[in-house]
Amino acid sequence: MALDITTGRPWPALLDLPWSLPLEEWPEDLLAALPRGISRHVVRFVRIEGRVIAIKEIKADLARREYEMLRALRRLNEPTVEAVGVVTGRVARDGRPLDACLLTRHLQFSLPYRAMLSQSLRKDTADRLIDALAVLLVRLHLVGFFWGDVSLSNTLFKRNAGEFAAYLVDAETGELHQSSLSRGQRLHDLDIARVNIAGELMDLQAGGFVDLDIDPLVVSERIISRYDELWDVLTATEKFEYGNRWQVDERIRKLNDAGFDVGELDITTDIDGTSIQIQPKIVDAGHHCRRLLRLTGLDVEDNQARRLLNDLDSFRAATDRQNEDEELVAHDWLNRIYEPITRTVPRELRGKLEPAEIFHEVLEHRWYMSEQAKKDIAIEEAVKDYVKNVLPHKPDERSVVGVDTEELPVRAKE
Amino acid sequence: MATVTYDEATRVYPGATTPSVDKLNIDIQDGEFLVLVGPSGSGKSTALRMLAGLEEVNSGRILIGDRDVTRLSPKERDVAMVFQNYALYPHMTVADNMGFALKIAGVDKGEIRKRVEEAAKILDLEPYLDRKPKQLSGGQRQRVAMGRAIVRSPQVFLMDEPLSNLDAKLRVQTRTQIASLQRRLGVTTVYVTHDQVEAMTMGDRVAVLKDGVLQQCDTPRRMYDHPDNVFVAGFIGSPAMNLMKLPVTDGGVQLGNGTYPIERGVLNGAREVTFGVRPEDMTPATDGSGLPVEVDVVEELGADAYVYGRVPGSEATATPIVARVDGRQVPQKGETVHFVPKGDHVHLFDVESGARLGG
Repeated sequence: MALDITTGRPWPALLDLPWSLPLEEWPEDLLAALPRGISRHVVRFVRIEGRVIAIKEIKADLARREYEMLRALRRLNEPTVEAVGVVTGRVARDGRPLDACLLTRHLQFSLPYRAMLSQSLRKDTADRLIDALAVLLVRLHLVGFFWGDVSLSNTLFKRNAGEFAAYLVDAETGELHQSSLSRGQRLHDLDIARVNIAGELMDLQAGGFVDLDIDPLVVSERIISRYDELWDVLTATEKFEYGNRWQVDERIRKLNDAGFDVGELDITTDIDGTSIQIQPKIVDAGHHCRRLLRLTGLDVEDNQARRLLNDLDSFRAATDRQNEDEELVAHDWLNRIYEPITRTVPRELRGKLEPAEIFHEVLEHRWYMSEQAKKDIAIEEAVKDYVKNVLPHKPDERSVVGVDTEELPVRAKE
Repeated sequence: MATVTYDEATRVYPGATTPSVDKLNIDIQDGEFLVLVGPSGSGKSTALRMLAGLEEVNSGRILIGDRDVTRLSPKERDVAMVFQNYALYPHMTVADNMGFALKIAGVDKGEIRKRVEEAAKILDLEPYLDRKPKQLSGGQRQRVAMGRAIVRSPQVFLMDEPLSNLDAKLRVQTRTQIASLQRRLGVTTVYVTHDQVEAMTMGDRVAVLKDGVLQQCDTPRRMYDHPDNVFVAGFIGSPAMNLMKLPVTDGGVQLGNGTYPIERGVLNGAREVTFGVRPEDMTPATDGSGLPVEVDVVEELGADAYVYGRVPGSEATATPIVARVDGRQVPQKGETVHFVPKGDHVHLFDVESGARLGG
C-alpha cells in the first residue's frame, strides 16, 4: 500500500520521517522530547521545519475523523490545537500494516495542567484552570460540539494575564452536531468533566504533586457551577418591564464582561407592550481580543487583551487625547509603549513567556514597585527591574510538551 | 437490574424530514445482552443515545424497569455508558482507580471497598488491587477500566462501538471478555455495533435497524435461519446470503435449466421472487441440474473453500454467487459448476416489499 499524507501544510520534511517504523521505535535523536507516562495511544513529539509536531498513532478512520473535526472547530474559531495532517497506508519493513498517524502542531507557550499545578505557588491555580475549562466547554457546546471526554489532560492551558485560556487537544471522542446540543448531551459532558477532573486531581495528590488541602471534590464541582453561570449569561431569556429598557444594555455589558460579543439578540414584546423579552441568539467569544486586534493588530488571549486595552485607555487619559481618533492613539501606544517594553526582553529570555503575558507581568510588577516606593514608577523603570530580577527565574514555557511525573516538566529540544 | 422498553420511541432531528429512529419498539429482558446493529445511518447509535438521555425523544417513551425515563437527565437514569477511553491514573492504586467515581458520588469508604473487591473478583484482579496501573499488562488495564463501570452497579450498561479502536486480534479477545463478563454480572446491556459478526457472537438477541426502522429483533440463530426480510437476509451472515431474482414457473421457481419446487400458496401469485441461499447451503450437483456458476475465484480455508463466481451470461458487475465447498474437492478457476440448494434451506422474499414469503 502506498503512503498517503493528507496535510494543509506543504512541509516536504514530513516525507523524511521514518513512517515504516512503529512510532514506539522511532530513534531518539529524531524526537523533540522523550515521552513519559501511560497513554492510550503512542504519542511522540518531533521537530519539523522549526515547529514541534505531536504525532499520535491511531486507527486510520479515527485519525481522519479527528483531523476533520479539529479543522472544522478551528474554522469555527474555537480554541483547539492545529491539525497538521494524517498519514495513512503505513507499512512496516516486514510488510505488516501499521496504524495511521495524526499530526498536530504543538501550541507554543501552552502548558499541561500538571505543569501548571505542580509549579504554582498560588492556591487558586486549580480553580483558575477549571474556570478556563468551563469557558472552553461553553464555547464548544455553543457551536454544537459534544466532547465526550472532557478532562484537564485533554486540554492545554495558556497564560492569560493572571487567568488561563484553555485549548482542546484531543477530539477523538467528540462529535460536531449540525443542530444545537440537547440538554442531556451538555449534562453528560459536564458529568464526565466532573468525574475526570476529580480523578486527575486525586491522582496528582496520590503522587504528592499537589497540596493535600486542595479538595478534588470541591474543585471538580466548580466546573458545573462556572459552566452554569456562563451558560446562563450567554443563553438565558430575560423578561422585564418596558420602562426598564436599560436592562438590555446591562445584559450586553454582562456578556462583554464575560468576554463575548452579541452577534444577534432576539427582542420580543408581549401583546400589550408592557414587557420585553430578550435572548441572545448568536454570541462570539473574544470581545476584547477582537477590539485589540482591530486597533493594534496584536493577536493575544482575551484577558491579556483586556489588560492591554486598559493600559491603552490609561495612556489615552494620561496624554489627554480622549477626543482623538482611537486608532491613532492605539498606534502611538503600540509604538511608544507596548513594543519598546516587550522588546526590552533579551532574546535568551523570550522563551519564558509570550510578549503579551510579559507586558501584563510588567504592569503587575510596576504596581508592586509603586506600592513599595509609595510613588508612581515609570513602566520603563519597571521593565528593567522585571527583566533583571524576575524573568530570569521563570521557567521556559515555549515548548513544554509534557510532564514527567518524576521530574517536571518535559521540554522540546531547541 | 432492570428491563428496558422502547415504546414507539421516535427521534427526528431538527430540520430533518424523516425520523432518525422511527417508532422503535423493543422489550429488553432483565439481564439480557441486546445488540443494536445496522449500517451507518441506520439509527442504531441514536437509539442507544435516546436510552442514555443524550438524544431527545420526540414521541413515544423509554422505560427502565417500570420507570419512565423519557424526560430524565443521563445521570438520573442510572445507566453507565461503558466507554473504552478510560484513562488510568498512574499514581493511584488499582483499587482507587476502580473506586474513585464512587467517592465522588458520596459512597462511604467501607461500601466502596466492598464493591471494588467484588468487581475485582469477577475481573480476576484481586491480587493487583494495591498495585499501580504501570505494573499491569494491557489486558489487565482494560479490565480495570471495565471495573470502574461495574462498581457503580448501574441498572443498564450501554456500549457504543467499544471495540472500534482496537486492532483485530485484541478486538476478538475483548469481545469474548465483554460477553462472558456480562453473563456473569447479569446486568442488562445494550450494545451498538456496525459489525454483524460482533452482533451475532455477542448478543442474546440482535436488533437489526435500517433507515431508523427496526427490521427484526431475534436471537442470532433465528435471525440467521429465518430472516424476516431481504435486508436482514443480506446483512446477517458472512459471506452474505446469495440473493437472486428468479422467475416463477409452474410448480416453483426457475433455477438454471430446472425448476426448484415451491408450494403455490407460498408464492402468492407473484411472477418473480427473490430467492436466497446461504453459501454453505449450496451443494455441487453432479447431474448438471441447478444453477450454473462460472468460477472466478476460489478462496481456500483448509477444511473448506469459498467459490466466487457468476451465472454465465450475467453482467460482470453483478454480485458474485458464493458457495462453500469441501476443501478437498475444489473446482478450478474458469470451470462451470452447477449448484443446488441443500434440502429446504431456501429463503423467499417478495420482490417489491422484500418481506419473507412462506414460513
